[in-house]
Amino acid sequence: MYFTKETQEASLRLTEKWDKDVQKAVQETADQKVRYSTVSDLEIKRLYTPEDIKDTNFTEDISVPGEYPYLRGNQATGYRGRYWTFRMFSGMGSAQDTNERWHMLLKQGQTGLSTAFDYPTLMGYDSDSPKSLGEVGKCGVAIDTLEDFLALMKDIPIDQVTTSMTINPPATILFAMYCAAADIKGVPLNKIGGTIQNDLLKEFIAQKTFMCPPEPSVKLISDTVEFGTKYVPRWNTISISGYHIREAGSTAIQELAFTLRDGIEYVEDVVRRKGMNVDDFAPRLSFFFNSHIDFFEEICKMRAARRMWAKIIKERFGAKNPRSWWLRFHTQTAGCSLTAQQPYNNVVRTTTEALAAILGGTQSLHTNSLDEVLCLPSEHAVEIALRTQQILAEETGVANTIDPLAGSYFIESLTNEIEEKAWEYIHKIDEMGGMIAAIEKGFPQMEIAEAAYRFQRQLDAGEKIMVGVNKYATDAKHTIPLVDIDEKVGEEQIKRLQDVRRRRDNRATGQSLNDIKNACKKGENVMPHCIAAVKNLATLQEICDVYREVYGEYRDPGLY
Amino acid sequence: MTDRKIRVMVAKPGLDGHDRGARILARCFRDAGFEVIYTGCHQTPEQIVAAAIQEDVDLVGLSCLSGAHRALFPRVVELLREKDAADITVIGGGIIPEQDFDALYKAGIKAIFTPGAALDSIVEWIRTNIKPRA
Amino acid sequence: METVKKICKGDVRSASRLIRDIEDKIPSAKSQIKKLYPYTGKSFIIGITGSPGAGKSTITDALITELRKRNKTVGVLAVDPTSPFSGGAILGDRIRMLRHAEDQDVFVRSLATRGALGGLSHAVGEAIHVMEAMGKNIIIVETVGIGQQEIDIINHAHSVIVVLVPGMGDEVQTMKAGIMEIADVFAINKADRTGAKQLQTEVMSMLNSAPILPDDWRPPIVMVGNVYETKAFAKSIEELVKNLEAHYLYLKSSGRMAERINRKIIVEINDALRANILEPIVHSLEESGELRSLAQKIKSRKADPYSAAEEIARRFLKQ
Repeated sequence: MYFTKETQEASLRLTEKWDKDVQKAVQETADQKVRYSTVSDLEIKRLYTPEDIKDTNFTEDISVPGEYPYLRGNQATGYRGRYWTFRMFSGMGSAQDTNERWHMLLKQGQTGLSTAFDYPTLMGYDSDSPKSLGEVGKCGVAIDTLEDFLALMKDIPIDQVTTSMTINPPATILFAMYCAAADIKGVPLNKIGGTIQNDLLKEFIAQKTFMCPPEPSVKLISDTVEFGTKYVPRWNTISISGYHIREAGSTAIQELAFTLRDGIEYVEDVVRRKGMNVDDFAPRLSFFFNSHIDFFEEICKMRAARRMWAKIIKERFGAKNPRSWWLRFHTQTAGCSLTAQQPYNNVVRTTTEALAAILGGTQSLHTNSLDEVLCLPSEHAVEIALRTQQILAEETGVANTIDPLAGSYFIESLTNEIEEKAWEYIHKIDEMGGMIAAIEKGFPQMEIAEAAYRFQRQLDAGEKIMVGVNKYATDAKHTIPLVDIDEKVGEEQIKRLQDVRRRRDNRATGQSLNDIKNACKKGENVMPHCIAAVKNLATLQEICDVYREVYGEYRDPGLY
Repeated sequence: MTDRKIRVMVAKPGLDGHDRGARILARCFRDAGFEVIYTGCHQTPEQIVAAAIQEDVDLVGLSCLSGAHRALFPRVVELLREKDAADITVIGGGIIPEQDFDALYKAGIKAIFTPGAALDSIVEWIRTNIKPRA
Repeated sequence: METVKKICKGDVRSASRLIRDIEDKIPSAKSQIKKLYPYTGKSFIIGITGSPGAGKSTITDALITELRKRNKTVGVLAVDPTSPFSGGAILGDRIRMLRHAEDQDVFVRSLATRGALGGLSHAVGEAIHVMEAMGKNIIIVETVGIGQQEIDIINHAHSVIVVLVPGMGDEVQTMKAGIMEIADVFAINKADRTGAKQLQTEVMSMLNSAPILPDDWRPPIVMVGNVYETKAFAKSIEELVKNLEAHYLYLKSSGRMAERINRKIIVEINDALRANILEPIVHSLEESGELRSLAQKIKSRKADPYSAAEEIARRFLKQ
């Protein structure tokens, strides 16, 4: 029992009186809304009391930071030893353009790099593929060959800065390029650190940047886990991502549940396929969550995530190393919460969301720029976004103490509720035979589509509010300057690519592509062959075409 | 006893997979009583146009969030013209900066809806502007 | 050029427009269909049915590929349900067939049920005729797949494929629903899954328990593997097509083809009679308000529906 009998009785007595007062008061002034709920449509009560958390067991459920189940954080020291990593996602145009932006960010106090690739790179096509029409350099940086990658990493001290790469189907190739770049720069593999997103399941579920079918996609992921564990121990080989699930319109609970269930699927595959011990690689698994606009819901989601993963990895997989039990995560504020209308308001939204992420105990944070709903972020907008984090860290005092909201009736109760509902989803997917089976049935896709449509309807009905969109809207046009990627970027990139194809030793390239194909067919680890191939200037698409040939192509089943 | 229904296609040209908006629209159009052909992600303009003609739709709604709209939207209109199907109306949506509107209108895109557009306003636009042929 | 000529030359635009007019019940569509009729009846029509998620569209897509390899031109009619609430529909089957989008010899058309029961659209028969007139060698009709009572397909197709899939928990239901009896070929999809073998055994024992004459067609069962095991999958589709060919030959040699064609034509006559006699009568009774007053009378037992119908028939059919 969390409270003494005396407290509980007093609480019940006083709550009863309060309830009567409320009944009377609402007769005079009615509530503004009939129903109060989070942005995910989770109903919220007017008041939370000791009654709501009376069954909590302090040791098992809450405990202290650095202790299982890590509700209050992985680190005993909180943010005092070091803040979260200020990691701004960026990438645009050519490798050189992006490299310049990175140097600017490092000079401004950013502590980690994070790469946005353009769509052809994300989907495994070269810049001169017909599929790449109009896309080159638009949403991020275009990378075709190792030469582009070296230009991207020019003068970046990769033994000191960690780099995160948002890349999925071609993750093996970009990981290989990073290893090759380290080699060329003379930095040993065990000195480099970073992250590849490399989470394919959420692509089938939400983001739709997919290439091969689920099974072989997971196999390639397990290859990187195995290779990383052996040779690049500071590398996070999967960033199990809820961010995109949320952006696709899921609820907070769906984001949490589907992400953790994806994590389970990956761990199972590595254990089964590679015969590895869970403690060998679990400490390098990392997560990536969205921080949406509903402040408390997000904080509770992140707290619940830590507690749930600890239980999963310890109880379900029998991990013994406490480091395996940690759920470490990066956070990005919610792109879908931003508005094109009155774009300066986005700074306020992002600040609130960043604050939630900090109170939720994130290890790393990207704050969206105010113009991200309109275009790629301008330098000025990125600076404001980065300064937002710095102000929160250095001025507001929110990082002074660990998990300051713990023990709140509301926070603990909502954390429990989110966790409970997320378990329900996880059990349901277990019953379906795992996440791949669930994806084939279209289960998570349909749940998300349903939630997205419900929210849009609530928005249209005025039940949910977006300021400047369905309330306090004005006709004024925004006047912020927009970043524009010149169509020339694509033309120049194609020239560079075709020049590489002419210059390189085509026989060596062909041979190394063949080696990858054989490894795929035999079920061997492709990573060493990928490193060799990128060094021989094989293009991104050439390697992906091998994957497509051997494993087949996944096509959008279009469930609605 | 004639029962003319509005038939629309919701398509995602290009490589981006952000289909949240496209899916919401497909449902919304169904609930508005339209027949909706949904093509899924990653379609080429050629595929979209061939499907639009085979399905005899009144309207094609294109959704693109990657910035490739500048090349892809006009290409769809151009191909429809080549196939003698210029009577099929094309509208667009997604992340489209206002500075691009003029060029897109000039290329033959009839309306552009950006984030924040209410679903009903899109349905209304279609009801007003699309008259299924007699 | 007039529409009929264009359609007979394979013009997609004219064909798809006529199908639209048929669906929308535009009066002029009837006269076009009449003119097209002499050019119809030469295609082989394959029905494909099975519960939702069984993989009908995926198999249809693969069938197209296989048939194209054999230089057959293909038409596909894919039926999806109309929402009873809004009258709208999301037609998403063709999403799995997009790779054929640019093939001139493949024409995929989605139809909504628009209130028709039985898993098809009222327009399906005439839409088949349009595709026949276009000269499509093979026409595949994919039903909605709600599972129950979806047997109208036998009135339209020469060969019916029933797609089953293990582990959906509805195999038994499918069997109960009478869908098993309409199968000329069974396809057990996702045959790499556990339960596929068992499902095959169940279907076999069900087939064995049905009385069968020596020269009757015995529906073969084709195991269709994982779509991503590309080679094995293609092989199983090839087997499926071979079985369809065998069934075609059987229909021809046994005289069953003529039976099926007769059945199809009688259904057509039935439908046409209904459209030309019953529907106008009901429509006119509705318009004049007679239907409602008649219902009142019957409700208070001052009349009965049988005598009323006889009287109405006498009155209208004399005209």
